[in-house]
Amino acid sequence: MIIMLAILVGVLYAAGIYMLLRRSIVKILLGLLFLGHAANLLIFTVGKLTKGKPAFVPEGGELVEPFADPLPQALILTAIVIGFGVQAFAIVLFKRAYQTVNSDDIDKLNSTDSLERG
Amino acid sequence: MDLLLLLPVLLPFAGGIVLLILKNHQKSQLYGNAVVSLFSLIVAVGLFSAIYDKGIYSVQLGGWEAPFGITFVADLLGSVMVLITAIIGFTTSIYSLASVDDERVKYGYYPLIQFLLMGINGAFLTGDIFNLYVWFEVMLISSFVLLSLGGTREQLEGAIKYVTLNLLSSAFFLAAIGIIYGLAGTLNMADLAVKFSAIENEGMVTVVAMLLFIAFGIKSAVFPLFFWLPASYHTPPAAVSAIFAGLLTKVGVYALFRVFTLLFTSNTEYTHTILLFVAGFTMLSGVLGAAAQNDFRRILSFHIISQIGYMIMGLALYSPLAIAGGIFYIIHHIIVKTNLFFISGYVNKIKGSYELKKVGGLYKVYPWLGFLFLIPAMSLAGIPPLSGFWAKFTVAKAGLELESFMIVGVSLLVGLLTLFSMTKIWNEAFWTDSPKDAPEDVKPGVFTKISMLTPVIILVVITITIGLYAEPFFNFSVRAADQLLNSGEYINTVLGGGS
Amino acid sequence: MYSVILKTATKYLTPLMLLFAFFLLLRGHNEPGGGFVGGLVAAAAYALMVISYGVKTARKELKYAPLSFIILGLSIALISGIPALLVSETYFTGLWTEMKFPVIGKLGTPLIFDIGVFFLVIGITTKIIFTLAEEDQE
Repeated sequence: MIIMLAILVGVLYAAGIYMLLRRSIVKILLGLLFLGHAANLLIFTVGKLTKGKPAFVPEGGELVEPFADPLPQALILTAIVIGFGVQAFAIVLFKRAYQTVNSDDIDKLNSTDSLERG
Repeated sequence: MDLLLLLPVLLPFAGGIVLLILKNHQKSQLYGNAVVSLFSLIVAVGLFSAIYDKGIYSVQLGGWEAPFGITFVADLLGSVMVLITAIIGFTTSIYSLASVDDERVKYGYYPLIQFLLMGINGAFLTGDIFNLYVWFEVMLISSFVLLSLGGTREQLEGAIKYVTLNLLSSAFFLAAIGIIYGLAGTLNMADLAVKFSAIENEGMVTVVAMLLFIAFGIKSAVFPLFFWLPASYHTPPAAVSAIFAGLLTKVGVYALFRVFTLLFTSNTEYTHTILLFVAGFTMLSGVLGAAAQNDFRRILSFHIISQIGYMIMGLALYSPLAIAGGIFYIIHHIIVKTNLFFISGYVNKIKGSYELKKVGGLYKVYPWLGFLFLIPAMSLAGIPPLSGFWAKFTVAKAGLELESFMIVGVSLLVGLLTLFSMTKIWNEAFWTDSPKDAPEDVKPGVFTKISMLTPVIILVVITITIGLYAEPFFNFSVRAADQLLNSGEYINTVLGGGS
Repeated sequence: MYSVILKTATKYLTPLMLLFAFFLLLRGHNEPGGGFVGGLVAAAAYALMVISYGVKTARKELKYAPLSFIILGLSIALISGIPALLVSETYFTGLWTEMKFPVIGKLGTPLIFDIGVFFLVIGITTKIIFTLAEEDQE
């Protein structure tokens, strides 16, 4: 299972970076989403996978080894929440930019980098 | 005392909420923001003097013992950063009174500024690396919105580059946190410092170090990761770019200082050599980039990059004196750079442009403005006896002591080129005659003058003070560096219960 | 888009979803659930309304502007840490009642924080959804 997830994380990173290098801003957005998911899955995987074991021990219950580590899940949850907010903002921003510039080609977005400005 | 440590975060948070409630009362927002910033300043002074007298202090949030809960900890570096943040926040709030348009205020400019300050203070005070990530995001999302408020084409283009690269850096940061947790099983920075020294898999620690370096490097705009900065910092209004220029990149630098003095100290041969090379290239590429520019704020943006190089150089040399120099540099740089952006905004107010070719003859009409510009500009270039000279001098002296002549040579050359850029602005904007087709100067009203020039004067006075009475500031930097390098006190305070 | 089935279904689904959101919120401090999920489910109810009835109706049904929910949520979250200060504990220390209630278990300040998160998430999510939907309809 760990190997599967490791491969999945790798594929997501590869796909994310590939998408980031595209010229279309929509693809860049997708690339960012992939990278976010890849990082979340990475935390999940390195937090050690345990199947069917409790993360919380009921009151009076005994601690059974191995138990699931709740912290990576808490971290991922936080990261997902943050990612949700940031990505929602990015979508709106990219949409505005598309409406203003009237092109989704990142090469057309170079007015802030050119020396002579209108 | 517990509360005092949390107030730099809670106060802007509460202030932001109140300002959100006052959304429809523009006047009360203006002054409400100034009042909140003033309180933040008082709190920051209180915190700083407490830490200065009594040493490192930590609070376990929610009463969960370290390393399980979230720790807030203030050492000398953290508390001085909070203090400077409060100074910049306060001056910006005065500056914004007249320089930010009603439209932006309507869309929540002031609450956003407070949330931004909350994120920055949180990043300076947290003792938990995942919590640091959270504060970074708080800071980033506020800055995203501040940058794109207004929605001109330029701003949107700049914002896209800024957002994309900073999200990329967040992804790296998150991945590094995942690996750290897998390696050490903890995220508390003090606890990590203890655990890291016992980890046998040194290669993996170095991998994490480099991942974090890339993540923080993007945020602090080092070579070759800086391209988002000159593409975006000149697009928002002057008040926003001033606060960005002063504080945001320095949060990245602060994070680098923290992790590379506390966590990754076992393999300095490798990591800090990379840092040193990066520092050199950052200085050079920044200053050369500036030489080609003709826009007031773009020149300044490129200079942020070259100045970051000096700070990283202090960190990379990794001797007590060098780190002290780096800290001194951060203090000096934030004050001076924010001030220069303030002045650029005022010039724009008069002349209606940031383009140096369209601006001219300011010295003839406003000689005092020339004087106000000259102080921070010369300080930036490192002319004695201003603050920049002592900062550069300390870093260079540390370099000479370690016999790293190459980097010292680069830093001196860069200082010279900085002087060139500053004289270029001086010549074009202040010395030469105004171009013939230039529009008539706008005469700012009294209120505008007071609101936009008071912050400039405050910061100029601070710059001169640091320059003429450098010794206490220098001694302080040495103490702060000492605390960073001998992390025992930090670790004991956090893990030993703290409160 | 006009669909009788969706509209009718929305009528029945919305109250159910809001109820479920409330249920998730209240059990969050003991069992799976919590303010964030609850808020998302509640916001989903309004998203559904946007799809079937349009933004205007959804805004009217929400009664207050999304921003008011954001402010409310932030203030509640901020206030939830204060009781701990009154008994001179560190800010945000969880205080719990001794008594147990049926279904939701012990009550405590973390629940207040969760309520804050609940409203904040409703506010932000509906704000995003409304903004995007309004731009589409223009």
